[in-house]
Amino acid sequence: MSNLVSIEGLTVTFTGRGKPVRAVDHVSLEVKKGSVLVLLGESGSGKSVTLRSLLRLHPEKTSKVEGRIVVDGHDIMALSKTEIGTVRGRTVSMIFQEPMLALDPVYTLGQQICEAILRHEDVTPEQAHARALALFEKVQIPSPERRLNAYPHEMSGGMRQRAMIALALACRPKVLLADEPTTALDATVQIQILLLLRALQRELGLSIIFVTHDIGVAVEIADKIAVMYAGRIVETGSVADIMHSPRHPYTRGLLASRVERAQKGDRLKTIPGSPPDLTALPPGCAFAPRCDMATQACHQQVPPLVTGDYDNAVACIHA
Amino acid sequence: MSVLQLSTASVLQPIARSPGYWSGVVRRVSRDPVAMTALLVIVSLILMAVFASSIAPSDPFKSSMLRRLKPIGTPGFPLGADELGRDMLSRLIYGARLSLLMGLTPVPIAFVIGSALGITAGYTGGLTNTLIMRTIDVFYAFPSVLLAVALSGALGAGLTNALVSITLVFIPPIARVAESVTTQVRSLDYIDAARASGAHAWTIIRVHVLGNVLGPIFVYATGLVSVSMILASGLSFLGLGVRPPEPEWGLMLNTLRTAIYNQPLVAALPGAMIFITSIAFNVLADGLRSAMDVKS
Repeated sequence: MSNLVSIEGLTVTFTGRGKPVRAVDHVSLEVKKGSVLVLLGESGSGKSVTLRSLLRLHPEKTSKVEGRIVVDGHDIMALSKTEIGTVRGRTVSMIFQEPMLALDPVYTLGQQICEAILRHEDVTPEQAHARALALFEKVQIPSPERRLNAYPHEMSGGMRQRAMIALALACRPKVLLADEPTTALDATVQIQILLLLRALQRELGLSIIFVTHDIGVAVEIADKIAVMYAGRIVETGSVADIMHSPRHPYTRGLLASRVERAQKGDRLKTIPGSPPDLTALPPGCAFAPRCDMATQACHQQVPPLVTGDYDNAVACIHA
Repeated sequence: MSVLQLSTASVLQPIARSPGYWSGVVRRVSRDPVAMTALLVIVSLILMAVFASSIAPSDPFKSSMLRRLKPIGTPGFPLGADELGRDMLSRLIYGARLSLLMGLTPVPIAFVIGSALGITAGYTGGLTNTLIMRTIDVFYAFPSVLLAVALSGALGAGLTNALVSITLVFIPPIARVAESVTTQVRSLDYIDAARASGAHAWTIIRVHVLGNVLGPIFVYATGLVSVSMILASGLSFLGLGVRPPEPEWGLMLNTLRTAIYNQPLVAALPGAMIFITSIAFNVLADGLRSAMDVKS
């Protein structure tokens, strides 16, 4: 199977005001056609920044993006403005965390979907409308014809997220980027959306890069998980690898701090300390100050991401 | 380019077809009795101005020394007569023409120019924003009446110059509102979402930015109509706007002020007209503001 998405040495530095912030540091990733990669990490670990780099959504003036991103044969960094416009939505599209904010409040959902279709394809408005209706049926929105004429605020959170997915799928993209699409939803709706995404992914052969901080969600949807910490990938592996034999101390800490494991009366396990300041990363392993296994060597050099026996890799000298 | 044109059609057509945003606004305003009363007042004032020549009982310019400063209720002069013995009722009716013209003309012009400047500044950001907004701030630093008087004085007296100066006075506040709303909208996810689906910068501005910022700016501008009338009246009062003997409420207020001890009620009538018109526009703007908030 070929890689649909490959990222090599992606480094994103924000140089707005004050000190430059290195939000993503030498991240390399590969996503095969028709598979789901989950980027797992806490806030500020660089997962969303990595995702947005794939569409070149960072403001050019205040950010520096280095490395190489190839999506379906397109070298994203080398494309002209017109060419990237064609890739956006057509080859790669994105769903957002807050569908209420990501849908324009003054247009109906149907208008927004038709707009996207007409942007990329040479079809009549009637054909676009028919496609929008089919999409609404596909994402299982009840009474789709009526819902196409609804405004975002007239729908529930789950319905809005379904509409957002329909909008993202409007031009039959090959890669879907999902930026915490279930975080703003309540638990029962979350699982429906995950199942829907899984079903659509299988049916359409989509590759999905899914960003989340919720391990439960990651397990539900992922083929492969990449754990990020302070802008770097610390461990990658299949869902089974990560869940059953986590090798990086950070991954182990994350798994140990889950609520599901706790017995009544137990204190929840936590990782001591807080994530490092991205403007002043320690010279060694970014996790070393919080790690109970850290030795002198950990503080001196950034541990490389070492590929293991299967398809897994870990960036820890103790693993 | 053809893609761009296609998407224009697609965005505009469904708006007309679907039970749209604006029909919802109209429905909500029509259920608001206060706003509807204000609208009724405004419509009747406009009708009064249009049909002044057939409504007014007598010639607004015909003066008579014998009938100077007649009180309200004098036979033949239902609202009294002014300091030159001209029929107040007729002059007030005719005065609606110039006063409404001066109240209504500057606002739409300033709305277009101010919005264009503010949206450009807000969407572009950076140096362009600084250049536009700091220039605007220089004008904004002056109190509006002072600026209007200064501009009008510099341009010379006359109706057109008064209109130009009021328009110039209104551009800075509208641009500021436009800029702040645009800055807010620009950082929202749906702008990113539109970019992520491959929309051109121009399409984003036209469809997503304009669609979301014009409402608030429009409401703000509606509120300026009354300010415009008051400013225009003020300019006429100072002799910088309309010249006598033209009937205009601000000017009438000025020429009648010497009669305030003899016939206070008659002297106050033009002021009352300005007051009623301003209130009506303000109340309507308020009603529009609440009706345009789709989320409530």
